[in-house]
Amino acid sequence: MAAKSKRSPDAGDNIRQLTALYRTMVRIRAFEETALAAHKAGEIPGPLHVSVGQEAVAAGVCAALRKEDRLTSNHRGHGHAIAKGAEPARMMLELYGRDGGYCRGKGGSMHIADFSVGMLGANGVVAGGIPIAVGAAQGLKMLKSEAIAVCMFGDGAVNRGPFLEGLNWAMLYKLPVLFVCEDNGVAAFTRADSVTAGAGPIARAEAIGVPGASVDGNDAIAVGEQAQRLIAEIRSGRGPRLLHAKTYRWTGHTSTDAAQWRDPKEVEAWKARCPIQRLEAVLGERDMGAPEFAAIATHAQHEMEEARAAAKAAPWPKAAAAFEDVQDAGAVTWQR
Amino acid sequence: MATVSLIEAGRLAVQQEMRRDPRVWVLGEDVARGGLWGQYKGFLEEFGAERVVSTPISEATIMGAGLGAALVGTRPIIEMRIFDFVMCAMDELVNQIAKVRYMFGGQASPALVVRMPHGMWRNSAAQHSQMLEAWFAHLPGVVVVAPASAEDEAGLLVAAIQSDDPVLFFDPKDLWQVQGEVAETIAPIPFGRARLLRTGDAVTLVTWSAMVSKAIEAADALARQGIDVDLLDLRTIWPWDEDGVIKSVRKTQRLLVAHEAVEVAGFGAEIVARVVDRLGTANIKGARRLGAPRVPIPFAPRLETEVRVTADKIVAAVTQMLR
Repeated sequence: MAAKSKRSPDAGDNIRQLTALYRTMVRIRAFEETALAAHKAGEIPGPLHVSVGQEAVAAGVCAALRKEDRLTSNHRGHGHAIAKGAEPARMMLELYGRDGGYCRGKGGSMHIADFSVGMLGANGVVAGGIPIAVGAAQGLKMLKSEAIAVCMFGDGAVNRGPFLEGLNWAMLYKLPVLFVCEDNGVAAFTRADSVTAGAGPIARAEAIGVPGASVDGNDAIAVGEQAQRLIAEIRSGRGPRLLHAKTYRWTGHTSTDAAQWRDPKEVEAWKARCPIQRLEAVLGERDMGAPEFAAIATHAQHEMEEARAAAKAAPWPKAAAAFEDVQDAGAVTWQR
Repeated sequence: MATVSLIEAGRLAVQQEMRRDPRVWVLGEDVARGGLWGQYKGFLEEFGAERVVSTPISEATIMGAGLGAALVGTRPIIEMRIFDFVMCAMDELVNQIAKVRYMFGGQASPALVVRMPHGMWRNSAAQHSQMLEAWFAHLPGVVVVAPASAEDEAGLLVAAIQSDDPVLFFDPKDLWQVQGEVAETIAPIPFGRARLLRTGDAVTLVTWSAMVSKAIEAADALARQGIDVDLLDLRTIWPWDEDGVIKSVRKTQRLLVAHEAVEVAGFGAEIVARVVDRLGTANIKGARRLGAPRVPIPFAPRLETEVRVTADKIVAAVTQMLR
């Protein structure tokens, strides 16, 4: 935490904001670990893409957002949803496919959305959220809203066409959108640098005039500061910005991938840079210590265990729900 | 009432809705110049650059941005220029637009229209002539509209813009110049109701889009031979007027579905299958489809004509069914 003494006073460097940042990361970690355990126990069907180790990106970016700001996410989106304000209990219900889940059991882990807090949905298609965020920003601008749109995507997404199209589009119309490349270094099972030519997302963004900033994606304070700076520029009407946050995925691509192809030393080295512990080091200099951290962790653990127990006990959606929310004109039932 | 072309009818419909509702806007290549076909002529001047957005040739983002803008409460009309270009935006259409409402448990309401001028037109060859409406009938979550008259272009476009469903609107580009009567205030036409164009007891002839004019020609030629058919223009492919078709086939006991699209796995197959399911083979003397052979659309006029479903081919098919 070499940079901590140089932080600007208006950048959230006070104990209340730092504690909130810390609590968000701890809650994301607790949610992911609880979901993984539930999946392992056979309680959650389907694959999970968890973000253990990447919590600082979600927490830092979302700390700079307002409730009315919109966010699109990717397949690894639990953390983004929690940081944007979604309720873990309803998320857990959705992971279990139960009644009361955010998507009434029709989306699951990969499609968590909570429109009431501006979370416009996770996405099962890499780069799928980019054009949607760009369009949301365009619509918000048209409606004279002060809200902005944020798009979270991974290092794999920069090799898909919508990345180029979306950046060009957002720059062309000077749209209020923040692109966040959450770079965990691995596109599914392939190291991103082995399939990505050139100097990376910032260089690509700058080639079409979108200013960008790189940040240590395991440093929640730095992510928050950079996001806040870029978002201030966006809100002042200067068009889109890109934040490139380098981080690391502690687990495999999905809940069933042990990712044994990775050198354990590499994983250990990144675990030593745990974003939660790093923030503890900063908080430790502000009269917080093990008891406070433990209290926050226990609270988060309790919250997620409760969510798990409630989801496990919750009823399945009624069968008729499979036929609802399709469309108004031309909707069908089983016996039509 | 004014007599206008189909393209003008569509222009008037969009203009009416954009005047009525400030949330309606249009995006697509060259739309600020009036659109490739002139279907947005004068819009930039009337509605301004924020609501008439000429875009880069970025079909994926034209489609996806339209969706994003719909998710925050605007009502976009997404112009695809020519139907075939929608292939560049299939993820955004199939995986995103058609799914968001369902996948997010009803939180999302993608009220948008995708306009896709389709079909054969002046020897435009394989990538500018396709009719793949059956693909989209197969896709849950969308409404599929394929008008064939100026009246329907106007009324169905108004309905599409007012609908909260994502509506795929297939403009029949070979029919841009057909004339029709459009009221001063265009009323929406409900989806799923066929238009009965000719009546008769011999055969039920079902069709849509550019094939309607060929079917009228065929029906009139058959009438001169003393064979009267029920001719139904389906107008919308999903939902389609199943009850209307069934009612007619109960009377005629014979069904021919004619479409410009490839016959194999075309929407005609679905109609035939449904009708046979509902009426039972004992009550039907014949049910068949007539579509294009399973080849890409060739360029040369001589070759293009070869693969077209024509009025003569419809007459021949009906005559054969009555033998």
